[in-house]
Amino acid sequence: MFSYERRMANFSRNYMSIFFHIGQYILWMGRVFKRPEKRSIYRQRIFEEIQNVGYASIGLVALVSIFMGAVLTIQLAYNISSPLIPIYTVGLGVRDSLILEFSPTIISIILAGKVGSSIAGEIGTMRVTDQIDALDIMGVNSTGYLVGPKMIAAIICNPFIVIMSISLGIFGGYMAGVLTGEVSGTDYIYGIQYWFQPFYITYALIKTVVFAAIITTVPAYFGYHASGGALEVGKASTVSVVYSIVIILTFNLILTQMLLQ
Amino acid sequence: MIEVKGLNKSFGDHHVLKNIDAQFHKGQVNIIIGQSGSGKTVLTKCMVGLHDADSGTIEYDGRDFASMTFKEKKLVRQDIGMLFQAGALFDSMTVEDNIMFPLSMFTDQTQKERKERAQFCLDRVNLTNAGKLYPSELSGGMKKRVAIARAISVRPKYLFCDEPNSGLDPKTGLVIDELIKDITEEFDITTIVITHDMNSVIEIGENIQFIYKGEKWWEGSKEEILRTNNQEVVDFVYASKFMKKVRADLAK
Ligand SMILES: Nc1ncnc2c1ncn2[C@@H]1O[C@H](COP(=O)(O)OP(=O)(O)OP(=O)(O)O)[C@@H](O)[C@H]1O
Ligand SMILES: [Mg+2]
Repeated sequence: MFSYERRMANFSRNYMSIFFHIGQYILWMGRVFKRPEKRSIYRQRIFEEIQNVGYASIGLVALVSIFMGAVLTIQLAYNISSPLIPIYTVGLGVRDSLILEFSPTIISIILAGKVGSSIAGEIGTMRVTDQIDALDIMGVNSTGYLVGPKMIAAIICNPFIVIMSISLGIFGGYMAGVLTGEVSGTDYIYGIQYWFQPFYITYALIKTVVFAAIITTVPAYFGYHASGGALEVGKASTVSVVYSIVIILTFNLILTQMLLQ
Repeated sequence: MIEVKGLNKSFGDHHVLKNIDAQFHKGQVNIIIGQSGSGKTVLTKCMVGLHDADSGTIEYDGRDFASMTFKEKKLVRQDIGMLFQAGALFDSMTVEDNIMFPLSMFTDQTQKERKERAQFCLDRVNLTNAGKLYPSELSGGMKKRVAIARAISVRPKYLFCDEPNSGLDPKTGLVIDELIKDITEEFDITTIVITHDMNSVIEIGENIQFIYKGEKWWEGSKEEILRTNNQEVVDFVYASKFMKKVRADLAK
């Protein structure tokens, strides 16, 4: 149905549009870092956003983490059938999987869905109802005012959230091991202390901070550049979650390659 | 005074504004009229820099807006009050916080002074007790009035109003028109009002600019607009039966 030329034209347009978005995103982010008009208001906005971006996510993250730890424990215990592998390996395995991948990456992806869609919706609605124009007209740097505090709030909160997720995941694993009788409490606790690499925590926190910036600024970018009405805001919100996740996965790969040599 | 010269603006292939020249005077209510889609909102958005014009100049009291630095533009914008077609109040803030917002952003006033100023502006638009409400709790007309209160809270030198009385009953519309006229004269500001409402034109219009399909077609006073023979203006002004009757009476 599609001619070759048509397909090539579509391809190059989409290809260009990715570069267009990257360029526009970088220029736009430049405005986030401009000096704020008034520090006291900016500070107050950061506290508000800590409430929205961080505090409001704790319940969901706690729930997901406990179940994640529990399932990991049961799966690992099930897979270790050889008598040559000591059972405390389960504790170690759960700990490292949580620290390296589950807590920083999976939790960030979940937050990209939860926090990201709400940011894109909020900023997109402000755009289509002229509220962003109203800020600009007043002489406020709308990008800095709207996006900066969200990004800073997430960068402050998410490391705590991820540490909490790791702890609760390990706790969930303990409960699952003990309740199912697959792993004894002593073995599990021995395992989670065995051959602990403090650098893994650093690695996890670096990833978390980078992901925190992605899950706030990418949806904000899509919301900020929305146009039209409620329909377009909804679309921007969906698209922004997809982009955030893809970008998180890409950076996960890059950072892992860079940091775990 | 704001002076626009040779302004052009296109969106893609769509040439919206064609070589607009217009002057908006200080201490007067300057009115922009024209059919829906003729480019009135785009014209004002270009004037305040929300859209970049393709060519032409915009001068605020002799200072060319386009050639200003980012910082200078910000300073000019702090002298601009704007009333958007849909109000554009901040949903997340109470009415009072909406009005105090530009003050807390750009002045060093204390909380008490800001509150007093907000209350003064609310009184001015007859909404003395609405301070603690959220925009979602207001009617359309109340939103418009709050938006006016927010626009005047910073004592602007230039006030832009995009259809201040559309969607309002004639009486409230009149109250808002008079409010705009009073504020303009009281504080000697350059006010620009977009409207399709001939009542407001007759009521408060001093310097009227008629935009037709993106071109500046006609300008004059409210006395002149009733007597002009320009066909497009006549079609616009005397569109309704009521106005046709007015024209017949005038002819007598
Ligand atoms: N952001 C935009 N992108 C593309 N086209 C636009 C944009 N804004 C306005 N237009 C087009 O410019 C033309 C003029 O629009 P404008 O909003 O200025 O009309 P208006 O005179 O204010 O009409 P109304 O009285 O209905 O508000 C319309 O044809 C519209 O489609
Ligand atoms: Mg309009």
